[in-house]
Amino acid sequence: MRAFTFASARTVEDALDALADGGPGPKRFIAGGTNLIDLMKEDVARPAALVDINRVGLDEIRPTEAGGLLLGALARNAATARHPEVRRRYPLVSAAILAGASPQIRNMATNGGNLLQRTRCHYFYDVGTPCNKREPGEGCSAIEGLARQHAILGASEHCIATHPSDLCVALAALGAVVHVRSAAGQRLIPFEQFHRLPGDEPQRDTTLGEDELITAIELPPSDGYAAHSTYLKVRERASYAFALVSVAAALDLDEDGAVRGARLALGGVAHKPWRVPEAEEALVGARPTPAAFEAAAETALAGAQSRGDNAFKIPLAHRAVVRALGMALDGVPANTGLLGLPFFAGEPFEGTPLDRMDTEEQP
Amino acid sequence: MTDLIADLETPTAPAGTGTVRLGQPVSRVDGVAKVTGRARYAAEHPAADLVHGVVVNSTIAKGRIISLDTRKAREVPGVLAVLTHENRPRTRSLGLAFKDLTAPAGSPFKPLHDDRIRYSGQPVALVLAETFEAARAASRLVRVRYDERPHDTNLMANLRKAHRPRPLKFGYKPPPSEKGDARAAYGAAEVKIDAVYTAGVEHHNPMEMFASTVILGEDGHLTIYDKNQSSINCRSYVSRVFGLKKSQVTVRNPYVGGAFGSGLRPQYQLPLAVMGTLHLGRSVRVVMTRQQMFTFGHRPETWQRVRLAADRDGTLRSIEHVAIAETSRMEDYTEVVVNWSGKLYACDNIRLGYRLVDLDQYTPIDMRAPGAAHGVHALEVAMDELAVELDMDPLELRLRNYTESSPTEGLPYSSKELRACYTRGAERFGWADRPPHPRSMRDGHELVGWGMATGIWDAAQFYGRATAVLHADGRLVVSSAASDIGTGTYTVMTQIAAATMGLPLEDVVFQLGDSNLPLASVEGGSSHVATIGSAVEGACVELRQKLLRIAGRLPGSPFEHLTLDQVEFTDGSLRVAGSPERSMRLVDLLAAADEQRLEASHTLVSNMFRKRKWALGTHSAVFCEVKVDEDLGTARVTRVVSAIAAGRIMNLKTATSQISGGVVWGISQALHEETHSDHRLGRFMNHNLSEYHVPVNADISNIEVLFVAEDDRVASRLGAKGVGEIGIVGVSAAVCNAVHHATGRRVRSTPMTPDKIMRPW
Amino acid sequence: MGSEIESMAPEAAPPVTADRHHVELVVNEVPHRLEVESWVTLLDLLRDRLDLIGTKKGCDHGQCGACTVLLDGVRVNSCLTLAVMHDGAEVVTVEGLAEGERLHPLQQAFIDRDAFQCGYCTPGQLCSAAGMLDEFDAVPEGSDVARVRELMSGNVCRCGAYPQITQAVLDVLAATRGRGGAA
Repeated sequence: MRAFTFASARTVEDALDALADGGPGPKRFIAGGTNLIDLMKEDVARPAALVDINRVGLDEIRPTEAGGLLLGALARNAATARHPEVRRRYPLVSAAILAGASPQIRNMATNGGNLLQRTRCHYFYDVGTPCNKREPGEGCSAIEGLARQHAILGASEHCIATHPSDLCVALAALGAVVHVRSAAGQRLIPFEQFHRLPGDEPQRDTTLGEDELITAIELPPSDGYAAHSTYLKVRERASYAFALVSVAAALDLDEDGAVRGARLALGGVAHKPWRVPEAEEALVGARPTPAAFEAAAETALAGAQSRGDNAFKIPLAHRAVVRALGMALDGVPANTGLLGLPFFAGEPFEGTPLDRMDTEEQP
Repeated sequence: MTDLIADLETPTAPAGTGTVRLGQPVSRVDGVAKVTGRARYAAEHPAADLVHGVVVNSTIAKGRIISLDTRKAREVPGVLAVLTHENRPRTRSLGLAFKDLTAPAGSPFKPLHDDRIRYSGQPVALVLAETFEAARAASRLVRVRYDERPHDTNLMANLRKAHRPRPLKFGYKPPPSEKGDARAAYGAAEVKIDAVYTAGVEHHNPMEMFASTVILGEDGHLTIYDKNQSSINCRSYVSRVFGLKKSQVTVRNPYVGGAFGSGLRPQYQLPLAVMGTLHLGRSVRVVMTRQQMFTFGHRPETWQRVRLAADRDGTLRSIEHVAIAETSRMEDYTEVVVNWSGKLYACDNIRLGYRLVDLDQYTPIDMRAPGAAHGVHALEVAMDELAVELDMDPLELRLRNYTESSPTEGLPYSSKELRACYTRGAERFGWADRPPHPRSMRDGHELVGWGMATGIWDAAQFYGRATAVLHADGRLVVSSAASDIGTGTYTVMTQIAAATMGLPLEDVVFQLGDSNLPLASVEGGSSHVATIGSAVEGACVELRQKLLRIAGRLPGSPFEHLTLDQVEFTDGSLRVAGSPERSMRLVDLLAAADEQRLEASHTLVSNMFRKRKWALGTHSAVFCEVKVDEDLGTARVTRVVSAIAAGRIMNLKTATSQISGGVVWGISQALHEETHSDHRLGRFMNHNLSEYHVPVNADISNIEVLFVAEDDRVASRLGAKGVGEIGIVGVSAAVCNAVHHATGRRVRSTPMTPDKIMRPW
Repeated sequence: MGSEIESMAPEAAPPVTADRHHVELVVNEVPHRLEVESWVTLLDLLRDRLDLIGTKKGCDHGQCGACTVLLDGVRVNSCLTLAVMHDGAEVVTVEGLAEGERLHPLQQAFIDRDAFQCGYCTPGQLCSAAGMLDEFDAVPEGSDVARVRELMSGNVCRCGAYPQITQAVLDVLAATRGRGGAA
């Protein structure tokens, strides 16, 4: 961690002013800090100044006039996941949050910060290796290297990193809107435009301006999806691991059980949460059958490209989409995390080894 | 004379614990220290005027340092010095000086020795500063220019370069020569299995990162709190590397936050911290980062081929097992991978081979059940494959080939209750209900499979000395330079001493973790109870003898002319056996004899003459259930029964924890952990606990441990064999076999990550 | 023939040293008035400056949970936050769980169940479990045992004491419920 100066803002205006203040070197807001501090310790992030925004408010969760829900940028992930309105109307958001990170990190991490998480690419994190995202022009080590966690969709010749967030996959599926502010005023960014593909500027993850602050994330009314939504996450251990592939799926079914609306987004497959409108549209009006889900998966993975190590992710993502849509249909909210427990951890617990030990007479 | 070393803050059992028996599930005597945060680990010992050191590591795998520019780093306020190979304090240059007690054949790595880069992640500089933060910041400003040379870290691409290892390593035995004619028997047999198994690199990753705090005394004496598995090994290393007298250096390790083998050799933070102290004349602490925990020893990547041949009834006709593993270009790291295949099953034809490939990386180091974790995995998966081929129950196949002696050694086992492990484990698990064919059980989206495997490990005993001192106040202080890496040494040794002397547990202190204490061998190979425990018991028996002698000389003594077997030590008293009224409190005994302290000691040297007539080993039978989602490739182990035969158990509670912890390791080996190397860079890349996966709580379901009775006085005078390693051995094979039973697919590479388990596409 | 390469992150931007701030913290009910450089994490403040070494550094990157403390009553990873961000906060570490010599029920349960071996992750497990008891019913899905396993998954135990940890936490959970309230 390099040296930096620190200031604590009391209001949003304070925070924006502090960021605009002169002085050399890059300045950054810090909120939960769970990713930024980590990156600073790894020498990947080297801000010259930090502006602490934890005391500026922005932590409310409240209904919008349009009938949606506004998630304050500084509301903690844990508070968001357990908020009664989120759980009732947007269980997909709860499920995605609870499938991510650890309880401690969810207590610290904010909703706004979650959007700005950086990739977990090994090379990005190791300053001893070349990486275009970290140092544009150095080259991408992952393309010919260890790529099992890397992108199968939307990658470029400069970067094949993936976005690591779970929450963002749900937000993409639900068509959230990001509220941002700068000295120039407020701006609304549709979620699909918030994160970028790497193209020839892999150092830029988002379209957020350097002078802008995320103030809130707006969820549009989508109550029709609440009963049939799923966050499915495939990872290499049961908890506290990033996704190999994840799927946010939601279905709005009409009285006859036909699909009135569908939402589908994938995580772990691209530089951004990968929403697939074509697959959603193809489902509308159809019967929610395995065949329809297969077709949706086919559409979702159209154009997917593997790079050696990650070839398995294409069939895995395909199957995950089919499974997630099936789970959504059945009203199963998750396959992992707290909301995935009833589904995923059915076996009885029979006590500790101590209780069960064969205490045969010691000779 | 060995008395209490106050600085060690040795834990004792809570008052009121009372007398204990051997075997009793006594709670850890260091429990309170650990749950209250009072236990101090290597990086946590205070020192006046402490300097913090942060290490800079190489980014290339091979070549030379052209130049090191440390100017910018030194400009950071608070930075005191940057040590490199150019300005470090003098060390011996001979490789021999760097050879620790457990070093394999070859010339050990010498930190900051010269400009040569031998592996990626090699330490190249040490930044010393007034604060950790300043040192860390400055460490990023050290500029290194390298002349990079071509490197090779790829085992699989170099299998042809495999060579016979130089065998000189403590505890290593080369594979025995061929028994019978395995190839001919294979050629002639009815049923055959021929399969290749690969296992990835693993890193120990104990929760405590390696650290050394070097405290400089006024007289120039160095007291070093260091993370290791032998304070004596590290003391001797420091003395020799820096040419310091033995009396100038004390190494301590009273608390070790896990090690699993990684502390068997001194790691580089130790000599670097000493360099810092010698350079600055101040106390220095160096703590590794988690990334740096991937820059020294590891469990080697291993390629294995197993060929089995059998008659139609399952009788084994031939076992062939060859392994190729990697090592560094500096040393021939050896471990026992294949020998187990010559010990476990009756067979007339056995051929075993073991080779190494030299690569541009750090020397591997023993990791929990070194060799056996991978080697027995391959054998036991092959046995399962054979059972499938024979259409035979895998347990029945093992029983068909059961042996009471070791085929390649030609010796009977001193004790081997493996049959009881099979029977009792199977019964507990419900193995009899296992449907014979794969893909027979399903639970929702998941296929369910049951698998089993056998485990085997040594019953090792090294050398060690213990001293027992009874004080006038009734307190017994027992000492040995042993280690407790979480295994329960404090507790078990205290228990052995208290039980032998008939004292309440809280009146006994067992102090360990200081190189000035009586000599102890490394804590490794599951040897500590059989070794140090035997020395402790020996010292206490000697003390009993002395007490009886004193008692017999007292005027009007009822103990005159009595021998040890005519008396008993109980409730803090000496009494005539069978006559509780003829007794004397030990404190009164010392007072009457006007003794302030009474000391006895015992040196344990393994009785090789006796052991030579026997084969020794610990055994296990592991049964497990897995649930596999073959669409998504995820597998979880929902139930494990591990039945263990490991001699007499000293403490049921800590022994159970050792085994169930080993089972968690086996699950991890099977499903989770692997360090991935980018061979173009010659560098391990997932060097963090986020991408190097070890199980978390949610991965672990019910684990049942059961010990079958064994009492082996050949293995040790206590009848104990040791339980540190046997818990992991065989577990990964059982999981792999269960995955096959669930899915019908055989995964021959560990860890079995989703890409390997998922239904083919 | 070798190729010459150089390892070096690009030039650091100024400043070369961190600025200092006044921070007041109440740690285990003891107030502290501190002057702290901005680059000091809460974890390093506790360990290096206050000698509260019970809070462990297991990875320093939020990937193991050994550094878990209760910050204003909520469990967090103290390695991932800066001390200067918490002026006015109350911190409880493992040293603050017991009341004098009387162990916290979780501490006693961990000893009774042998829920640790090397003990290095234990302070984090304990603080995490203490924080978890308060969060336990916020998302009331699944059986107790499944929930405990999931909610304790932010704390890695390399010794593999998970079954014992789970049982120890369940013991305290049951006792807490018996008393009709949170611990």
